[in-house]
Amino acid sequence: MNDFTPYSALIGGGLIGLAASGLVLLAGRIAGISGIAAGVFSARGHERLWRLAFVLGLVAGAAAIVHLAGIKVEVRSVATVPGLILAGLLVGFGSRLGSGCTSGHGICGIARLSPRSIVAVGVFMATAAIVVFIVRHVMGVTTWP
Amino acid sequence: MAVILAAFACGALFGAGLVVSRMTDPTVILAFLDVAGNWNPTLAFVMGGGLIAAVPGFLLARRRARPAFAADFQVPTRRDIDARLLIGAAIFGLGWGLAGICPGPGIAGLATGNDAFFVFVPAMLAGFALHALAERAFARK
Repeated sequence: MNDFTPYSALIGGGLIGLAASGLVLLAGRIAGISGIAAGVFSARGHERLWRLAFVLGLVAGAAAIVHLAGIKVEVRSVATVPGLILAGLLVGFGSRLGSGCTSGHGICGIARLSPRSIVAVGVFMATAAIVVFIVRHVMGVTTWP
Repeated sequence: MAVILAAFACGALFGAGLVVSRMTDPTVILAFLDVAGNWNPTLAFVMGGGLIAAVPGFLLARRRARPAFAADFQVPTRRDIDARLLIGAAIFGLGWGLAGICPGPGIAGLATGNDAFFVFVPAMLAGFALHALAERAFARK
């Protein structure tokens, strides 16, 4: 567990939760990234505009930490290009069909004690853990495919 | 206009939180999911920190008649567990387990300039589009 960073996790998680609280108290909306990002393309007018502002903010806030805060930001992606494309397609399709992802179900939904979200988080965590188990411990690879 | 600015500010806070908590590093995500390997509980602490800060917000929202800058709360009300929820979550989990990237860190990760996010995010958008097409095809039947 050399790579376990509990303090930055709690602080960063706190910022994420604060953002979710802020969005519901100020704008009355759920901070679900898959729904917001998809709405940038499917919604119209004001509904599209606030979603676009949120997505731009997401990149700007991340860029501020990466470029201005002086924190070393590691990105260690193990997936190959075909793996990333397959993963992106599955994540995009699945999050829309299942009405949410790690943010909308994982943070907002659990915070609201939504039974749908609690079930969804259980299902996607279990499925993802099974995939990692098969790839790493059955197939014995650390990169995909 | 106030909603647009609030959305940008909350998005920025969210993106900053994802980078600070290292959710933009797929290895940290996969190590959380690798329960049979060298398990890394970092993601659980991110969710914990997120819930500590989100629960009071949603409790407060429930006691308010309306949000500060908008006419009403648009919060999901469904409580039924249907096949779409289960199948969708399972498909999402398949992709998440493959690459260790989900929508928030995918988009925020673009700010790091790492190639992986520039492959993942367009594929994810294509996944959104495929879902919209599939829903439309189903609705026509």
